[in-house]
Amino acid sequence: MSESFLQTFLDQTINGLAIGNIYALTAVGLALIFGVGNLINFAHGSVYMIGAYVGWVVMTKLQVPLPLTFVIVAIACGLLGILIERFGLRGLQKTARIAPLLATIGISFALDQLTQIIFSPNPQSFPSPLPATRIALGGVNIGLLDVLIAGVGVTVALVLFAFLRFTKAGWALRATAQDRDAAAQMGVDVNTVNATTYAIAGMLGGFAGLLVGMYFNTVYPAMAFQAGLKGFAANLLGGLGNVPGSIAGGLILGLIESYGVAQFGATYRNLFAFVILIGILVLRPAGLFASKKALPPEPLTGTFVANSKPVQIPSWAVAGAILIALALPIFVSDPYLLQVLTNAWLIGMLALSLTLVTGTAGQTSLGHAGFLAIGAYTSAILTQRLHIPFELSLLVSALVTAVLGTLLVLPAFRLRAHYVAIATLGIGEIVSQIILNWDSVTNGPMGIANIPPPSIFGFEAVTPTAVYWYSLVLLLIAALFQLRLVRSHLGRTWRAIREDDVAAQAYGINLNRYKALAFAASAFVAGASGAFTGHMYTYINYETFTSTTGILALTMVILGGMGNMVGAVVGAVALTALPEVFRGLADYRYLLYGIVLLLLIRFRPQGLLGTV
Amino acid sequence: MALLEIKTLSRNFDGVHAVDAVSFDVAEGETVSIIGPNGAGKTTLFNLVTGLDKPTQGDILFHGRSLLGLRSDQFASRGIARTFQHGRVFGNLSVIDNVLIGAHTRLQVARAQGSPLGLIGELLTALIRPDTAREEEHRLRREAEEIIAQFGERLTPRMNQPAYSLSYANRRRLEIARALALRPRVLLLDEPTAGMNPTETQEILEFIRTLKQKGLTILLIEHKLSLVMQLSDRVIVMDNGHKIAEGLPEAVRNNPRVIEAYLGTKQRGGNNITTVETESTTTIPFPLP
Repeated sequence: MSESFLQTFLDQTINGLAIGNIYALTAVGLALIFGVGNLINFAHGSVYMIGAYVGWVVMTKLQVPLPLTFVIVAIACGLLGILIERFGLRGLQKTARIAPLLATIGISFALDQLTQIIFSPNPQSFPSPLPATRIALGGVNIGLLDVLIAGVGVTVALVLFAFLRFTKAGWALRATAQDRDAAAQMGVDVNTVNATTYAIAGMLGGFAGLLVGMYFNTVYPAMAFQAGLKGFAANLLGGLGNVPGSIAGGLILGLIESYGVAQFGATYRNLFAFVILIGILVLRPAGLFASKKALPPEPLTGTFVANSKPVQIPSWAVAGAILIALALPIFVSDPYLLQVLTNAWLIGMLALSLTLVTGTAGQTSLGHAGFLAIGAYTSAILTQRLHIPFELSLLVSALVTAVLGTLLVLPAFRLRAHYVAIATLGIGEIVSQIILNWDSVTNGPMGIANIPPPSIFGFEAVTPTAVYWYSLVLLLIAALFQLRLVRSHLGRTWRAIREDDVAAQAYGINLNRYKALAFAASAFVAGASGAFTGHMYTYINYETFTSTTGILALTMVILGGMGNMVGAVVGAVALTALPEVFRGLADYRYLLYGIVLLLLIRFRPQGLLGTV
Repeated sequence: MALLEIKTLSRNFDGVHAVDAVSFDVAEGETVSIIGPNGAGKTTLFNLVTGLDKPTQGDILFHGRSLLGLRSDQFASRGIARTFQHGRVFGNLSVIDNVLIGAHTRLQVARAQGSPLGLIGELLTALIRPDTAREEEHRLRREAEEIIAQFGERLTPRMNQPAYSLSYANRRRLEIARALALRPRVLLLDEPTAGMNPTETQEILEFIRTLKQKGLTILLIEHKLSLVMQLSDRVIVMDNGHKIAEGLPEAVRNNPRVIEAYLGTKQRGGNNITTVETESTTTIPFPLP
């Protein structure tokens, strides 16, 4: 009994170390980039995924032997890293720190979608070229792949150590990490250092992707997002920018996952990383190994708010647009167009909700999809199990989302600038993981089917026209609600927090209170949108609302102009409807979003209609 | 009893004693200046007294009550207002909105702190905007306009422009206006004339003098000594985190320790300092405007 327990434990440990090693490879790249550029690189997961695909192509299609595959992956991903730095980020060095972060999101959208277009979104089988022999070592079963992974891990660590320690380029890199300006003054070519860093990080990410593809025998485009977050959790665990810490963080995360999955089941796998992410951010933001508890000093402050005067849109124009939108179904009967616009109104509500916290109050949220999911599940459960009429359930769900959403984000209130973005992203993922695992309430991975359609006073909205009007009226109510808030003392207070939270607090503004109010109002609107969407789809599961939706809404918000309500809706209509109108574009939708985001950040950070 | 009592206040940053056991009192209506070389710990002291930073040791009493453990917004709601050394106006807010933020602690809704009920109340007030809230907003707005008008033609014409469009000197004025909107019981001014030319400095001096005559308690950090000498009831001198002297402006000016702190001694200093000392051994040769 105890022997078999020991056996299982040792097997889990080997598993954990193998996976952990891969996380460590990802995390080290992130640490190098954070160290040199003070940037959390969201595109890193995509580089990792592309590494896996390159490995898959050359090994299974071209029958290239394994060692040469490593060389090819290193070259390809190193180059990709250099390209990302040169064309995506170099122009953004002087902007607020959140700008390059958003740019890396845009890059990752584009890379993921490109991969999907070329190789299809489906998983591809990736047989490991290594023989399946396992070595028994003192009762422990070790596969050849485990040995390879460990070998790559150790080699990379040693080479990296030697590079940073003993080469001139390594010194330059460390000098830049310590003090960029001073290094530049001493004659270090900071741009070359940056490019080198991205090249190294790209190679390591590529190795990690290749190994993980071989380990799980599969590659698929969506692996990028999760991997990026895992790598970031490992990096944070070890301390942002701390290379040895990141290796330890990766191994620890791998072990926790391995033991955790054994204890709770495979569906919990992703939950651990996100809980660790939030826990570390809130409790030990400098990582496990740092002596100080504080966040790294300041460079991360500054929201992505450009000084600008908003474009003044006359109220008759807004009123006219609303009238046209309301009258549209009378003249247009194309159900497809009405459906597309219905989607635009619903995601417009999400964009409104997001522009309140991110634009007006300056708290960049990447987790708003979680609010949609809470609203949708609450309403589905209320109407199905308690038979509450839809219109009441819509209101209650919005309220529940406001309360739950605010409580969930509460731990992130003490964070600033782009740590808020990371934390909210993690919180959004946690919501979807809880939905996945809380079977008794959410029906687990099966999801909830047969949700009654939206109705009002007993009339069910089933025709596209009815759903169109219903959603449009909801959007207008939400806009009115928000306009009222933004024009009150709350709007002023939120904007003061966005501009300078230290000064705002010094003038008596209780930051937590007003952040809570912003998130509550925002989650209220997002919850209503999610609830309506769930009833419209009649089926929801834990994947109906992914983080991508939240990030997409952020793109709309930036497109329209931060805090600009008309801008948010315009952005939503533009980005939802345009790919549909030009039908050819629909397949390239995320590529388009990524490129729009990149171009905006680079050339028009205040958006189309300007910051309010 | 003094209005503000600072008791052996200390702040260490990883072993560096930025503020080291500093004690002093400020009485109601008094204007006290804090001077000292750069890095003496003056701004750190201000950060402690406004709650932006937590002391490692010591206590701050306001009206005899300790303020330890409170957040900076709670300091503000007790009537402690400050301006910032480098100017921290809210760039995308209009001039009048900046001043209205200063009046935030006086909003009825914002005062119902703490409870979730207060939170819901505040949200509903903002949504429904009952007459009382509307009147309050009008009243505060008029008051803010009056405060802005005190700066004459400097700010009034720019009332609805975003603060980022203001000149440097106007931003500093706006900071003072914003602090006054809080109706402070003690006003902390951190180098209010930094970066201003002599005319502008003179204007600010007259402005502070008016505030002083109205009975406002003022704590002032300033490098321009002539301004300090004209305004202060008392001067506190800091060096290396310590309070090295305190007293009437004239007395402090002649204090040998103060002269040493600013200029070094013959033994430690170089030739230029010897020259300075031979020029004048009784007064500090500060560059007077």
